[in-house]
Amino acid sequence: MPVLARTGNEAMAEAMRQINPDVVAAYPISPATEVVMIFSKFVADGLVDTEFVAVESEHSAMSACVGAASAGCRVMTGTSSQGLQLMSEILPIASALRQPIVLCEVNRALSGPINIHCDHSDTMAVRDFGWLQIFSENAQEAYDSVLQMIKIVEDVKVRLPGMVTTDGFIISHCMEKIETLEDAEVKTYLGEHKKMNSTLDLTKPITLGSLDLQDYYFEHRMPMAQAMIEAKEVILKVGQEFGAKYGRPYGLLEKYKLDDAEVAIVAMGSTCGTARVVIDELREKGIKAGMLKLRVFRPFPAAEVAEVLAGVKSIAVLDRSDSLSSQGGPLYTEVRSALYDAKTKPVLSNYIYGLGGREINLEDLRQIFSEQKSNQSGKIVYFGVRE
Amino acid sequence: MDKNIAWCPGCGNFGILNTLKQALAELNLKPQDICLVSGIGQAAKIPHYLDCFFNGLHGRALPSATAIKAVNPKLTVIAESGDGDMYGEGGKHFIHTIRRNPDITNLVHNNMVYGLTKGQASPTSQCGFMTPVQVSGVSEMPFNPIAVAISLDASFVARAFSADIEQTKEIIKAAIQHPGYALVDILQPCVSFNKVNTYQWFKDNTYYLEKEHNPCDRQAALKWALENEKFALGIFYKSEGKQVFAAKEE
Repeated sequence: MPVLARTGNEAMAEAMRQINPDVVAAYPISPATEVVMIFSKFVADGLVDTEFVAVESEHSAMSACVGAASAGCRVMTGTSSQGLQLMSEILPIASALRQPIVLCEVNRALSGPINIHCDHSDTMAVRDFGWLQIFSENAQEAYDSVLQMIKIVEDVKVRLPGMVTTDGFIISHCMEKIETLEDAEVKTYLGEHKKMNSTLDLTKPITLGSLDLQDYYFEHRMPMAQAMIEAKEVILKVGQEFGAKYGRPYGLLEKYKLDDAEVAIVAMGSTCGTARVVIDELREKGIKAGMLKLRVFRPFPAAEVAEVLAGVKSIAVLDRSDSLSSQGGPLYTEVRSALYDAKTKPVLSNYIYGLGGREINLEDLRQIFSEQKSNQSGKIVYFGVRE
Repeated sequence: MDKNIAWCPGCGNFGILNTLKQALAELNLKPQDICLVSGIGQAAKIPHYLDCFFNGLHGRALPSATAIKAVNPKLTVIAESGDGDMYGEGGKHFIHTIRRNPDITNLVHNNMVYGLTKGQASPTSQCGFMTPVQVSGVSEMPFNPIAVAISLDASFVARAFSADIEQTKEIIKAAIQHPGYALVDILQPCVSFNKVNTYQWFKDNTYYLEKEHNPCDRQAALKWALENEKFALGIFYKSEGKQVFAAKEE
């Protein structure tokens, strides 16, 4: 298994090279530009067979992706922040047309004020568009999840598009050691792309995107909801198979010293790596600290979250975005809802942190672990913000 | 003004910033009389260095500028950004702002490359221009903003070169004073990411329209605009008497 030094962007581009998608359409935006820029070199060097479309906006990029996917192609793209927002008009079209497009999304704060650094507000803003969402703690997970996402979205039970995210600059631009699969392994692992309801299948002509009013719209939305429910099992199956074959198993979530924990955090992305260090420290001091790392945000694994958090006395949910709902961040509201039927209710608080790339370091996490037990349940903390 | 300017040393944007300051000063326009509206890109940073601005999203300067002028007609409104912003992501706004004809000036820093994202081809990149994305060279024909504007009967169409401060200043002043939409496409070298269209290249590949050129002659203007051996500079076209969007009677 080749071991390489790669940034998050390079790791995603490497996965794309091995996937060898039929079409990639993209527009540059920091910090995701590199993903497709590196990939375009693979195209030019003849290392992939991909048709690369350098479009004039992200709106056009996602439109081109939907067009190509509808014609029966395996399609990928990459973007960030406002780029993802400019795709917004087309993102729900991709899911409603059941096109298994895979998007490499590098998390970056939304404007305004304009900011190019990491938070999760871009990904969270499109969380209800019928796209699967997998977050990565590091470059290795980003690489592995991009490969798995192809298999997940192309599963006949799912057939919804999906995005794999990394944290902008923190993962996207930092070099780490990653283990990759051999090219031939990836080819075998993914198999041939199976066309479904392709507009290029002239023996079975179809229409996509037609008007669908009071008569059938609802019936076409319901299967999307069902596919999102079924996606959970497919993600699990694919993650476990990946583990069995290549030694790195994946689930919907990951427990870190959570089983006997009395005080815990729930987090996503690169912060989980920092939290492990703090939890180890606290454990050495005899404090029963733990973490629930959520890997999959869509579909939201509510039952699994409730199960693993049962019995934890105090939980702080860390949101790297704020939905401005007056009810806390998006991860918090989901976790809170998941715990509605819990037999014993924990002290549950919400820490909105790290907006616009604001650092979160060991000391910050120590503070969150130490103070959360004395919070009134339901407290929403804007952590580290200056008055 | 003591500003921490975030452009590369030698960037053509410095010339445009200085020229714009001189033009505004000679027109006796103070910061409170002006609203500079930009999008995203290296050029789009320029309003930050003049303290009289609205910094919007990539590609979206023109609709914001149109509306700012409509509700505050006394302001001198300048929509200023780069070629990627104005002709790429904002391309449809470019077309429809010309049609709508608000009394605003549109300054486009045209360096034929995306500078902020470090060197991908823009809509005005020349055929064959090689970048880390367009590794085999650009295959599309470059967008010709001058010809498009004239064909849409834009009320004022000009092209300038950032290194020629005197002439560029006069063109910008004329554009600001012109009632209605005024385009100035300003050719500008990008010293970091465009190693083809350099200062010297622009000097060798530009010339000023002859003094005899009549800017009210649309056919002649279009002929010069379509000249693709070298780039003509100066005021190509003026369409007098066009209805101005949201013009208020004094």
